[in-house]
Amino acid sequence: MARLFENSAATLLILTVLLVWQIAVIVSGISEFVLPSPLQIAIRLVEERWLLLSHAGVTAFEVLSGFLTSAVIGIPLALAIFYSPIFERAIYPVLVGMQTIPKIVLAPILVLYLGYGWAPKIVLAFLISFFPIVISTVVGLQSLDKGLVNLVRSMGATEAQIFFKIRLPAALPNIFGGFKVAISLAVIGAVIGEYIAADKGLGYLQLQANSQFDTTLNFAAVVVISSVGIGLYSILNWLESKVSFRRERAT
Amino acid sequence: MSPNKAGGAIGAAVTLANVSKTYATREGLPVQALDAINLEMTPGSFVACVGPSGCGKSTMLSLLAGLIPSSEGEIRIDGEVVCKAHPKVGVVFQSDLLLYWRTVLGNVLLPLEIKKQRTEASHDQVLELLKQVGLEGFADKYPSELSGGMRQRVALSRALIQEPGLLLMDEPFAALDALTREKLIVDLEAMWLRLGNTVLFITHGIDEAVFLADRVVVMSPRPGKIVLDLKIEISRPRKWGSAHEDPLFLGYVRQIRKIFEAQGVL
Ligand SMILES: Nc1ncnc2c1ncn2[C@@H]1O[C@H](COP(=O)(O)OP(=O)(O)O)[C@@H](O)[C@H]1O
Ligand SMILES: [Mg+2]
Repeated sequence: MARLFENSAATLLILTVLLVWQIAVIVSGISEFVLPSPLQIAIRLVEERWLLLSHAGVTAFEVLSGFLTSAVIGIPLALAIFYSPIFERAIYPVLVGMQTIPKIVLAPILVLYLGYGWAPKIVLAFLISFFPIVISTVVGLQSLDKGLVNLVRSMGATEAQIFFKIRLPAALPNIFGGFKVAISLAVIGAVIGEYIAADKGLGYLQLQANSQFDTTLNFAAVVVISSVGIGLYSILNWLESKVSFRRERAT
Repeated sequence: MSPNKAGGAIGAAVTLANVSKTYATREGLPVQALDAINLEMTPGSFVACVGPSGCGKSTMLSLLAGLIPSSEGEIRIDGEVVCKAHPKVGVVFQSDLLLYWRTVLGNVLLPLEIKKQRTEASHDQVLELLKQVGLEGFADKYPSELSGGMRQRVALSRALIQEPGLLLMDEPFAALDALTREKLIVDLEAMWLRLGNTVLFITHGIDEAVFLADRVVVMSPRPGKIVLDLKIEISRPRKWGSAHEDPLFLGYVRQIRKIFEAQGVL
């Protein structure tokens, strides 16, 4: 998505949409509380920057905590599934099956158990981002060409060397693919958690804005939520460019 | 037997004594791939192995590379029994198996890193080797920037940097177009004449087997047995262009084709 903004055609498209929106609002004379113009939203963003930022901090904290927990538990689990036939046969099918359950439906139950604080949001962000990380890591580890393993074995490679020299580097594109899906889902998880029951966070702020018919603030919150998502995604993208070589890059 | 080797007598002596291999398949039915193979390769000799698909050629190579254990018999390289990867063996497969995230240099250095033999001199050694295989100036390129023939030259360099006493090649040129293949065949002979490794070269191409080898070993359909061990007495260096008009060359090719025809392979 960072690339999206480097792309001038995409930037032009976005600017055009905003411009059309702005003109349509002015020409139609529609009231701000039904549909605010981009300019009104922008002004509100600046005016309420501290309010928005403090709520954004809460949401970002929940997203990151959920995501990091997923990564910290998910990667070792993926390794266990890859290296142990028992894990592969017992746990992996269950995980793949569970991926089809919409984790969102657990939100009210989590609130019931964990209360109104950040805990249920983190758990929800974790649950929703966990599966893509585990599954794409397993797929990445399995993606290694059997011939490559034979090749380095013929050089006398140990299992550790096979892992660090070829299996892990070959899996990184998949692992980062999983991370990127996971971070976007974690944002959804945290915000939905905030919709259910919360006293801070951008989701909570949206509900507050709704109850006061403050549509502009609501839109401003949407902009900030999107920015949190794009920001975290961009960090992952940057990290990937540091540690992983994308196959396409040289072609 | 081999008329070469000014520089190094690095070629290893290789013996397969009564080697059989039976795979246990997932369904429980055993599949015998090799049946009592006896083969002796003198140091520095170039042996080509031809045989129908599925007759156990790759199996023989895996056994020599120490990747799988034999079911019966014994394999020795320079007198040492092979039971795991042998440090004197270098392998080139049909697919180049280059790591796309490493440069040409990084790919050729891989075996030295794995064997913990990488030194300050390694870098220059690789550059020198790349020059010899016709890849001067390509050290910093990525595999995706190279043609199929060049990638296979990198794969060859990655095997040669290990200074293998035994170089194993499993249909290394099968995926290349005809012209690239011819060029690589000719260059391989020249390289081998300089280096003097013992080579086991597996191929489908009867013409490349006869052109390259001191001996061509012909195998039967599975379970693979050696049905002909043909000494190729054509002087070196050989010429690819005129080889195809040389009655001696054509005679060897015909002799091998006859066996395949008798087996119903051709
Ligand atoms: N790992 C394996 N498990 C079971 N059967 C195998 C295995 N590898 C090879 N085979 C069988 O052994 C036979 C010989 O295979 P291979 O050595 O690859 O033949 P070639 O290289 O001559 O085409 C084939 O019938 C193949 O199906
Ligand atoms: Mg084969």
